[in-house]
Amino acid sequence: MLNITINGKAIQVPKGTTILQASREVNLKIPTLCHLNLKEFGIINQSASCRVCMVEVEGRAALVPSCSELCTEGMVIRTDTKRAIIARRTAVELLLSNHPFECLTCAKNLECDLQALAQELGIREIHYTGEKMNYPIDDSSYSLIKDPNKCIMCRRCETMCNVVQTCGILSAVNRGFDVIVGPAFHLDMVDTSCTFCGQCVAVCPTGALTEMNHTAKVWQALNNPKKHVVVQVAPAVRVAIGEMFDMDPGTITTGKLVSALRALDFDAIFDTDFGADLTIMEEASELIHRIQNGGRLPMLTSCCPAWVKFFEHQFPDLLDIPSTCKSPQIMLGSMIKTYYAEKIKKDPNDIVVVSVMPCLAKKAEAARPELTKDDNSDVDIVITTRELVQMLKIAGIDFAGLPNSDFDQLLGQSTGASVIFGTTGGVIEAAVRTAYEWITNETLEKVDFVQLRGLEGIRSATVNIGDMNLRIGIAHGLGNARKLLNDIRDGISQFDAIEIMACPGGCIGGGGQPYHHGDMEIIKKRQLAIYQEDQGKVLRKSHENPYIKQIYDEFLGEPNSHKAHELLHTHYVSKERI
Amino acid sequence: MSEVFEFDKATEKLKLLDAFIETQPAKDEAVISVLHKAQSLFGYLPAELQLHVARKLDVPAAKVYGVVSFYSFFSQEKRGDFTVNICMGTACFVKGIDKVIAEFSNQLGIKNKETTADGLFTLNDVRCIGACGLAPVVMINDKVYGHVKAEDVGQIIMDCKEQKGV
Repeated sequence: MLNITINGKAIQVPKGTTILQASREVNLKIPTLCHLNLKEFGIINQSASCRVCMVEVEGRAALVPSCSELCTEGMVIRTDTKRAIIARRTAVELLLSNHPFECLTCAKNLECDLQALAQELGIREIHYTGEKMNYPIDDSSYSLIKDPNKCIMCRRCETMCNVVQTCGILSAVNRGFDVIVGPAFHLDMVDTSCTFCGQCVAVCPTGALTEMNHTAKVWQALNNPKKHVVVQVAPAVRVAIGEMFDMDPGTITTGKLVSALRALDFDAIFDTDFGADLTIMEEASELIHRIQNGGRLPMLTSCCPAWVKFFEHQFPDLLDIPSTCKSPQIMLGSMIKTYYAEKIKKDPNDIVVVSVMPCLAKKAEAARPELTKDDNSDVDIVITTRELVQMLKIAGIDFAGLPNSDFDQLLGQSTGASVIFGTTGGVIEAAVRTAYEWITNETLEKVDFVQLRGLEGIRSATVNIGDMNLRIGIAHGLGNARKLLNDIRDGISQFDAIEIMACPGGCIGGGGQPYHHGDMEIIKKRQLAIYQEDQGKVLRKSHENPYIKQIYDEFLGEPNSHKAHELLHTHYVSKERI
Repeated sequence: MSEVFEFDKATEKLKLLDAFIETQPAKDEAVISVLHKAQSLFGYLPAELQLHVARKLDVPAAKVYGVVSFYSFFSQEKRGDFTVNICMGTACFVKGIDKVIAEFSNQLGIKNKETTADGLFTLNDVRCIGACGLAPVVMINDKVYGHVKAEDVGQIIMDCKEQKGV
């Protein structure tokens, strides 16, 4: 232990503690901006580039950045001197001096860390006039918008993209005042191997990286009397959306969410969870088929579109490993445009499928040319949790005060197995619940496979199914996925089935979710809520969903049937890495 | 990409570059030295060549591009036979390098970063090259010229032309 003094208080801290961490021990809140520390996910951005957390250390001539400076024995620190406070204010003023003052119309208005900091420090005047930047805005993709003019060079996105996700798309380029964060050769994002996971957006403190907003398209569809507008909602949305209406993190709002969508006048409100149950029917069948027929193992899940794009770019030689299943949102979209369209006697061209997703990659996924039937996309418009909140606020809907209501039927019933798709480990647990019963022909009494749960980046467990041991691997975060994939390529992987989610935490931590502002507790509470929602369900196994049985009886035939393959499965394309 | 790099005409140089890469003990730490080698072989670093280096070293292309765009010594544009690197470091600046670069610009008829129409000379200002004792310094390809004055410029250009037999 080290003895240090902060603002006159003597405390002991372990070796390796930063001044910032030590200050929290004595209830001090040194302001930070570039700093980001999501310990559990191994995500630390410590570039010390913003100079906002400067403090005085006795015996040191210069101020030091508290986020990266380690405590030493006998260190005497003052966080509140005039010099330190003026330095902080100057740093923020300089950051603001060339910032575009579009705050009122910026997508990050009231969610911006720079804005919040200026308010916290009481900046009312900026004493410097900086040369404004004038870089082109990259809106080349379906998923995100990159506006370098709002970038403060905190390098959080670079850390996420390079260290956590290992995609290596974003890097600081050029020099001096001309530095911007961007792809190689100033390429447009759409021309890179970006997976559109959106984790750069999730951690950007300003409006330099935001989602591509598609709410206008949804309003347009809702206001078109000729269109039958159907909406579906992903599992992770219901445990996060409440946060943006001042509800506690981890509040389950499924019933209110359905009422809110009904208030927006969607013609039918379906549950992506139904698509997830359908995914399990197909994916568990595929897994059993591969196991029993000596097929390619391990089988990898394919519900996460950022993960799919990742392996297409990074592991084009392993395209035969992932399951061929479409993702739940696309499966449900496909069923809406075929099965449901037939039922309600509508031309699929008059149906608009809107997805509410915790994800930015889902936007790019919906636009993939192969996820269409007769030139009609399975899903037409994807909006994020945040965009839905924007719509609800514009419509003046008091979300928190809404009563609960149920999804519409045919494609609205779901099981607990589908709910847990929203967290890391959930898809494979859901698959195991069904595979167990199908392989053994016995009822699975204990459906909770706690060994598959948690937030560790790479997890593994062996599940006994009858006389076989199913070896399961789980990874979340693409860097962790890369490690597992490298093992498979090198032939040292010992798994039968692997679940991969691109975002740390799975969809609960998706790039389209309410901003967590670096607070890990929020993501943990969302995960707890997901498992609570599962617990509260009468049906906990996908194949027990009566409407799933019905759709196979009436329409699809058997899982992995010819028709199921045509509508619910896809193929992958090797892509360039750049 | 702006530059089309014709690899089929560059096979020999690529072989040399790849052989050099093979000798690097830690590939992810070798970006700068490999880029130096690549530039010495090809004369400049077009996007395709940067991408080739990135893939060979298994580092993101954005990182390689970040390095190339950071150091003024690296060029992404095709250069003349002689790159006239003018050191703009503090010592050279104080000793009057501004007059030297103006004279080069005047005699060659090009601005900084441009190449003469005959493809012989490229004028390129660089950050401190670390030869401050010789300030003001001009470096043409591998040759260093120390204590350069504006009136020396004509002779330096003549020397280069003679080397080429022009």
